[in-house]
Amino acid sequence: MDLSAINPILFIAGFFVAATPLIFAAIGELVVERTGVLNLGVEGMMIIGAICGFATAVETGSPLLGFAAAAVGGAALSLLFAFLTQVMLANQVASGLALTLFGLGFSALLGQSYVGIKPPRMGDVNFGPLADIPVLGPILLSHDIIVYFGLALVVAVWAVLKYTRIGLTLRAVGENHDAAHALGFKVKRIRTLAIMFGGACAGMGGAYISLIRVPQWTEGMTAGIGWIALALVVFASWRPLRVLAGAYLFGGLVQLQLNLQGAGVAIPVEYLAMSPYVITIIVLVFLSRSRSAAPGSLGRIFHASS
Amino acid sequence: MTFTKRAAAKLLLGTALAASMGTSAFADGHAKTKVGFVYVGPIGDGGWTFEHDKGRLAVEKEFGDSVETVFVESVAEGPDSERVMTQMALDGAELIFTTSFGYMDPTINVAKKFPNVKFEHATGYKRADNVSTYSARFYEGRAIQGHIAGSMTKSNIIGYIGSYPIPEVIRGINSAFIHARKVNPDVQFKIVWAYTWFDPAKEADAAKVLIEQGADVVLQHTDSTAPQAAAQEAGNVITFGQASDMGQYAPFPRVSSIIDDWAPYYIARVQAVKDGTWSSTDTWDGIGAGMVGIGEISDAVPADVKEQALALKASLADGSYHAFTGPLNKQDGTAFLADGETADDGTLAGMNFYVEGIEGDIPQ
Repeated sequence: MDLSAINPILFIAGFFVAATPLIFAAIGELVVERTGVLNLGVEGMMIIGAICGFATAVETGSPLLGFAAAAVGGAALSLLFAFLTQVMLANQVASGLALTLFGLGFSALLGQSYVGIKPPRMGDVNFGPLADIPVLGPILLSHDIIVYFGLALVVAVWAVLKYTRIGLTLRAVGENHDAAHALGFKVKRIRTLAIMFGGACAGMGGAYISLIRVPQWTEGMTAGIGWIALALVVFASWRPLRVLAGAYLFGGLVQLQLNLQGAGVAIPVEYLAMSPYVITIIVLVFLSRSRSAAPGSLGRIFHASS
Repeated sequence: MTFTKRAAAKLLLGTALAASMGTSAFADGHAKTKVGFVYVGPIGDGGWTFEHDKGRLAVEKEFGDSVETVFVESVAEGPDSERVMTQMALDGAELIFTTSFGYMDPTINVAKKFPNVKFEHATGYKRADNVSTYSARFYEGRAIQGHIAGSMTKSNIIGYIGSYPIPEVIRGINSAFIHARKVNPDVQFKIVWAYTWFDPAKEADAAKVLIEQGADVVLQHTDSTAPQAAAQEAGNVITFGQASDMGQYAPFPRVSSIIDDWAPYYIARVQAVKDGTWSSTDTWDGIGAGMVGIGEISDAVPADVKEQALALKASLADGSYHAFTGPLNKQDGTAFLADGETADDGTLAGMNFYVEGIEGDIPQ
């Protein structure tokens, strides 16, 4: 056992890469849930984003176009969920689960001819001399543009929800959709737009895995990150900045496990694999003791007549 | 093509003959031998399964219309594989190759139910009257990798991505370590277990962690090219192709590779089934027999190291040198092989210990 083998700077820098897919998926789902919709299809939208982004990047040679296509793909799949739950008034839990299963299967079909191909590489952002600052440079300023975009997105969502009229409307719809309807807000339209935003974010999170983190395509490669993102939203008690903290915690656990193995400490993989969920369960226990932080209308179906 | 041929034959010969022949398979005068392949990864993995599928295609090319091959890819080890094998046997496969260690017990189980179907299980050790085993002496290739790795490392840290802690993988680690230490007494191995044969995301993470911890050589016993991509990203790390050449990453980071060549074996076994001479055997061939190939050593390797590596390959091939030659101790310091003694196949097949000098424990 030799813990000095773990380079703390690279270890912490690795957090950013490990956390980014989680940040995207969770911040999108957070907005969806704040409008009162529970979409369990995050995993499905992520993997669709992963293959749409991968295929587009390979065909066009541009990773940025790939990310755009991933957002479109994720949003397109989420429209299916929006149709089921907002138009057909289907059960949200069942529709979300169906979306995940469908996404996993459909992405495998789409990706058949992309197995084993190298995608174009996305370079790191060049901060010039700033990147040479000791400690902070390698930790904060040695990443690709998407990492910073994810951070900016969290801050933007936080500011919009807290300070703008749009945020107030979103929250009103999520807390009490009948009251929001009585005030003249278009509940279904607002929710559909939120669902599409969630789908686009999940898609980009998936593309981050297939284009930057791995980078390669294989079926089922999101490997449960969508589910961790769902747990993360609850863990963060529906607050954007806590999502950020939670993503580093959850993403860091994976890094930690591999680093410890490399340093000669054998911790069974299973413990760290289940730890995000264990932490979420513990947080849920504490949350339930105080006033519930969940949006009031979460998971309830809205119909103007009721 | 085949169908029309068959249909035409039926028409010409008339119903009487067709009835007397019994099944339509005999209508064109030949029984087609159906051969099944069960793969653990996708055929496009660029590694292990890709090479098995090349073997399958070689069988098709060799026998043409007289053989029909079927395959199922990405079959999980365990009960799922049993279902796939059963389906293949029910569909009339006469010979089934099951190409991953984890298919061992499922293969034995299914073989019991279909005594007339022949099974060939790769890298396992359980045999039956209708189950053969075959494997390649990958550890011979690992010896060459260890030699190059030990000669080229500057940080003296070599990262190793293990799949599962089974004898096959441990043998490879030991062989690489022994030969790396021979040329570089300061060399250290860092071993990360991925618990998968094929999961690019996990393999990439494992490779990155090893590189972050100072490894400038990454050896892998997993099947995807993801660690190669991670090494390329890092820039100053060398790797070796696993199971397949992985030539798309040559000449750097991939400086050489172990290539599995199953085609001659598969062709011979299919021929044996057609001739009716098939019997249960245990095949374990190495560089000499051509089952293990060494991919081209690229120019990134210094000329003298390349020369030594090729000499090592030649001595392994003609049998004048064994990769496990004493004096060697086990990790705990007890004697493993005396001076000049070589390990017998039984010890190698069940190897469950590290040799002296490797740090860390084998996970249980």
